[in-house]
Amino acid sequence: MKTTFAMAAALSLAAQAALADATPITWWHGMGGANEQVINQIAEKFNAAQQSCAITPVSKGTYEEALASGIAAFRSGEQPNVIQIFDAGAATIINAKGATIAAEDILTQNGHSFDRDAFIPGVRWFYADASGKFIGMPFNSSAPIMYVNDEALAKAGVTAPKTWAEFEEVAPKLKEAGYIPLTASQLTWMFFENFFSRNNVQMATNANGYDSFDGTELRATAPEMIAFWTRVKDWHDKGWLGFYGAGWSDNQKPFEEGKVAFWIGSSGSFGGLSKTATMPFSADFMPYDETVADGNKSSFIGGAALFAFSGKPEAENKCTADFFSFLTSTEIQAFYHQATGYVAITTAAYEKSKADGWYDQHPQAEVGIKQLMLPQGEWSKGYRLGFYPQIRVIEEREFNKLFSGETTVEDAFKAIETEGNELLARFAKTSG
Amino acid sequence: MSMGPAFRIDDPAKAPMTDVTQPTGAARPRRKPRRPAEPAKRVQFDRPLLPWLFLLPQLAVIFVFFYWPSAQAITSSFYLEDPFGFGASFVGLDNYRDALGSAEYRRIAGFTTLFTALVTALSLGLGLLFAVKADKVIRGRSTYRTALISVYAVAPPVAGLMGMMLFDQHIGPFVTLAAQFGWNMQVGINYWDTAFAMILVSVWKQVPYNFIFFLSGLQGIPASVREAAVIDCKNGFTRFRTAILPLLAPTAFFLLIINITYALFDTFAVIDVMVKDKPANNPITLVYKVYNDGFRGNDIGGSAAQSVILMVVVLGLTLVQFRWLERRVHYG
Repeated sequence: MKTTFAMAAALSLAAQAALADATPITWWHGMGGANEQVINQIAEKFNAAQQSCAITPVSKGTYEEALASGIAAFRSGEQPNVIQIFDAGAATIINAKGATIAAEDILTQNGHSFDRDAFIPGVRWFYADASGKFIGMPFNSSAPIMYVNDEALAKAGVTAPKTWAEFEEVAPKLKEAGYIPLTASQLTWMFFENFFSRNNVQMATNANGYDSFDGTELRATAPEMIAFWTRVKDWHDKGWLGFYGAGWSDNQKPFEEGKVAFWIGSSGSFGGLSKTATMPFSADFMPYDETVADGNKSSFIGGAALFAFSGKPEAENKCTADFFSFLTSTEIQAFYHQATGYVAITTAAYEKSKADGWYDQHPQAEVGIKQLMLPQGEWSKGYRLGFYPQIRVIEEREFNKLFSGETTVEDAFKAIETEGNELLARFAKTSG
Repeated sequence: MSMGPAFRIDDPAKAPMTDVTQPTGAARPRRKPRRPAEPAKRVQFDRPLLPWLFLLPQLAVIFVFFYWPSAQAITSSFYLEDPFGFGASFVGLDNYRDALGSAEYRRIAGFTTLFTALVTALSLGLGLLFAVKADKVIRGRSTYRTALISVYAVAPPVAGLMGMMLFDQHIGPFVTLAAQFGWNMQVGINYWDTAFAMILVSVWKQVPYNFIFFLSGLQGIPASVREAAVIDCKNGFTRFRTAILPLLAPTAFFLLIINITYALFDTFAVIDVMVKDKPANNPITLVYKVYNDGFRGNDIGGSAAQSVILMVVVLGLTLVQFRWLERRVHYG
């Protein structure tokens, strides 16, 4: 017993000695729970794989909190080397030229090769500039997909819908069988942003905001959007759509309990759902709107990317580059994908998971990546809209009002467009 | 008939109680006449700089944690700033115009007023009611008091968390209870249901604080005054209104300011936890809006303007209170 203890102590001392020589870098992120554990595992793997660098991951709470702490830290010159920024915050950090070193640049400057084509098509544009250069390093990428309660479908004798029209056909049968046909956890991401991408409808002027911030306007009142939401409101009134507020888990819970037939969640929900669901479930693409011509395209990449803050010593930047390179390695990508359910971002990692037989055991884990590999429409590459986290707050407010009967579909989307455009104009001024 | 026993139980029991266990209550009236002698204690400094030296730490703290940030907020409110601090352009009063001109801002201001009024009135009222009742309890008084005070030890975020559980749509016991009365309570979806839950949790959290102060205020009222009141007036409520309440006025005035500040600012954690980080169409207060725009939305200029507006409101409110209300308060 004593010897084991002494050996462990000696080993940890040796490890510390090794770490003492290593250049320390920090990584701020917005993950909690099971996903935070996986991040810690990745950091350990990186530290074990080489001796010159030592990375320390620090959870800053939620995505929004990570962004806010990163900005505050940058302003006081205390920024970490690497920060995780979520999809809605992408415009904020990409617009801040000089705050970050483009992921592509930091890799090539430090002797790593970089191949844009190694990434699956769905993730190539979202965190890149207008020319396609990677500013952020895609990290945890997800897609909104539909989880299916197999028991409910068997009981009602129906199959999972591919389009919303098919959903309207099966919904009454599911309701009759005693189920709430549908819930969705984040309507802003699923039924607003990804309605645009999935059905290939333009989301904002200036090429979804990629060309310029000046004069960019949200197209919230696009006729396709109004038509779709008129149906959504109708589903809610008929009891086909259960709405439990803007909180994610409030809408997930009834599905876990087996009361709901279809739940629109994230591909990254798979890991957690496997533990909490009380019934067998499968997954499929988020349905598309059959009334829109040229639909059924890939969804926007959700989740978050890693950015390298500027103003750090060369030696630390070298470590950041090594870490980015390590992250995109097939082995780590496949590990992360399989441990969390987030989409594998490189084709090689996807092929490896296939070869591992991972999808034979967990067919649900492949749905997100398949949806992101659907053909890309002109408008499904991404959006670049400033103050977007605040615009989401407006969307959430109006959706709540709509379902509680305080507003109409037309008025709700008019309000989103007007207030959203005011925020976009403010953002254009801050960046000007 | 009913007055008789109440009179007898009240009086002989109270008098020895205050004498034995509350020496302060008895000592206070005796100490008063000595007050004029106090100025003699005033310290005279030989050098004029010395008092400033002693004041310095306190002034430094106030400067660093209050004046400096306030000055920065005022400056920022006139600029439109890039979140990362790369550039700021002077926009004059635009940020104020944007805030005050927005219908949403005015709606939140309206709710904040209602919320503050209700939380202040209810927590002061309940605090006073409990204090008066607890003051009368003789058997097991410390148990009752501890039970009432203990809630004060709960931190606001924890209170919010408890509220969130109690009002949870799927498992909340309060929602089940409301359903018994035919109330389909939907906290997080229905605006007024959420407001109800927020007010209830905020009041619950604040009542013990008011209770402590009112109780000690009540115990500071000399037994002789109470006895004299009993002789003059038989009606318990009138006695309370005409004799006890005026003597409690200094405490009540202090608590009024504290409670308004609590409702405006300190309820932030309760609200944040109860809306689960998603304001959506839920009722929120102006402070939450400042946080939401500044820290979530990174709109520094806009949120600075909002916090300056809030600062002015609180300053105005406090001035009014001291100018108009304090005149009517009699410090015994």
